[in-house]
Amino acid sequence: MTATAIGAEQLVTGDPGYEQVTREIAAPLERKPAGAWWIAFCIAGSILTLGVGLVAYTILTGIGVWGLNRTVGWGFAITNFVFWVGIGHAGTLISAVLLLFRQRWRTSIARAAEAMTIFAVCCAGIFPIIHMGRPWLMFWMFPYPNTRGTLWVNFRSPLLWDIFAISTYLIVSLLFWYVGLIPDFATMRDRAAGWRRRLYSFLSLGWTGSVFSWKRYDITCLLLAGLATPLVLSVHTVVSFDFATSVIPGWHTTIFPPYFVTGAIFSGFAMVMTLLIITRKVLNLQAYITLRHLDNMAKILLTTGMIVGLAYTTELFMAWYSGNVYERFTFFNRAFGPYAWAYWVMFSCNVFVPQLFWFKKLRRHVPLLFVASLLVNVGMWFERFNIVVTSLHRDYLPSSWSMYAPSLVEVGILLGSFGLFFTGYLLFVRLAPVIAIHEVKHTLAEQKEEAHHA
Amino acid sequence: MPRLSLTRPAGISSEAHRRRFHAVVFTGPEEVLSAVRGLRGAGYDIANVHSPFPVHGLMEAMGVSESRIPWGTFVGGALGCTTAFVLQIWTHTTAWPLNIGGKSDLALPALVPVAFELTILFAAFATFFLLLGRAGLLPRFASGTPRLQPHLRVNDDRFVVLVAETDASFSRESFVAMCEELAPVEIIESWRVE
Repeated sequence: MTATAIGAEQLVTGDPGYEQVTREIAAPLERKPAGAWWIAFCIAGSILTLGVGLVAYTILTGIGVWGLNRTVGWGFAITNFVFWVGIGHAGTLISAVLLLFRQRWRTSIARAAEAMTIFAVCCAGIFPIIHMGRPWLMFWMFPYPNTRGTLWVNFRSPLLWDIFAISTYLIVSLLFWYVGLIPDFATMRDRAAGWRRRLYSFLSLGWTGSVFSWKRYDITCLLLAGLATPLVLSVHTVVSFDFATSVIPGWHTTIFPPYFVTGAIFSGFAMVMTLLIITRKVLNLQAYITLRHLDNMAKILLTTGMIVGLAYTTELFMAWYSGNVYERFTFFNRAFGPYAWAYWVMFSCNVFVPQLFWFKKLRRHVPLLFVASLLVNVGMWFERFNIVVTSLHRDYLPSSWSMYAPSLVEVGILLGSFGLFFTGYLLFVRLAPVIAIHEVKHTLAEQKEEAHHA
Repeated sequence: MPRLSLTRPAGISSEAHRRRFHAVVFTGPEEVLSAVRGLRGAGYDIANVHSPFPVHGLMEAMGVSESRIPWGTFVGGALGCTTAFVLQIWTHTTAWPLNIGGKSDLALPALVPVAFELTILFAAFATFFLLLGRAGLLPRFASGTPRLQPHLRVNDDRFVVLVAETDASFSRESFVAMCEELAPVEIIESWRVE
């Protein structure tokens, strides 16, 4: 590493020129995809196809093909939904919240994280829809004048709030992502030939880098960041309302909104870490996505992991301290009942694993970071499984107690959602610059200016 | 919108219909900033500056006014909030009053999440479309670099100050002499057809 900046470590290492930045970030798009890309794409595509087939099977047959029963009416689908929405939080957090806090290190990871957000939210959106049983009537969820005796939606239901929250989040994330891409599409357009030139010409909207465009562009980014910041906090808050507004022990708690939001940031950062470790290696972008970026993300994982740990213990404390026997039973059942293994997988992966990141050496150990980020992803999936399933399977009436195990179809659909996610991400790295070229140049200019002043 | 082309356009003969521009090309933001200050100080008319990323302090140096897009964002947000409350209140009190556990038809707190989301959604749409409208960004079916872009590498590593010839008193010699001091990599003459 050739860190020459005074004070802080450089965000872009090796001090490249502007032209070199363009060339290096555009390179993966301009050469033919490597063998590894094709292998990954084929695997992801096959899994996606499997998922599509199983979703079709579910829709044609009915959700009886899942392992749900009368007691546990929410299983894998809702677990996966909450999991994917959570993953979708890191992108906007990195691009919007860290922009407002003027965290310049976000620059080279924001674009990939935003792409990840969009694909994750798409994955999330599938689950409640197929869970409806009659997904072809999905449009009934939208308020519009109709011929069913003008039947309107119930705006007091958190499930409806969810529709608004998730779709707003998807749209605003897409807008923010696209706005960020416009100048980079122009850069690609000026270099490309053939169909790519046509595509980038269309997408870059006639961008010429004029100062009059930049002035509006800058303020637009700032405004969209300002709008996306409360939005990202609201989305998982609303998701948590799906649970918190019910009267099920283990769900009916006021801690849920902040608990869900931190969990979302935690899992999202873990997924960003997983993806970026692969991306920087495969696309040869180590000079832009540096060890310092990974280090910072590990610190965020440590912080949010401990907040999540605090939430787990607060829940346990409140279950005991409230004196509510049902609440107490639910948490005792979670930790020591038939699903205890799931609880302790969650607890170990989310609370114990991030403790490694107290040490700088470990925060910069790439293989370890990779494994730890995968473990956090697993832990966070189990957190949602615990919340959804263990609260339901032993409810107020012991005669209706039951166990839940997913059917192969459900497992296949979960796998399929990963297929969708990775197919989307792999296409993204072929079609759009993975790193915001114009922002990296901006950072570089500021870095030079600071070095000059120092 | 006026067109700019790098070569003398064919078929345009009348002097009145075109203006000559000089594209002064630099390689870094500091050079652009000092060039703009110098040229403006010497009384030249700077029509535009093109750069691969926003140059700090350039807007002030050029005397460009602040964007008014934030007002549009506010209006969009206000509209979204109003729409959401009107729709929800009308639905629950007039169109489709639902009795859920005897709760009031007009339970305002329950209407907040949707109102919040629609506020953000409308504000974001307003901001986005105002950017496209005000900056003149539209999907293009023509392939290639737009004719208004004075240099091919302006989205890569070149910074271009576009100076307009305002009147007949414009002396090309003294302009070029002044530019030489600013050490540009090249100066390109261009035409804009009006």
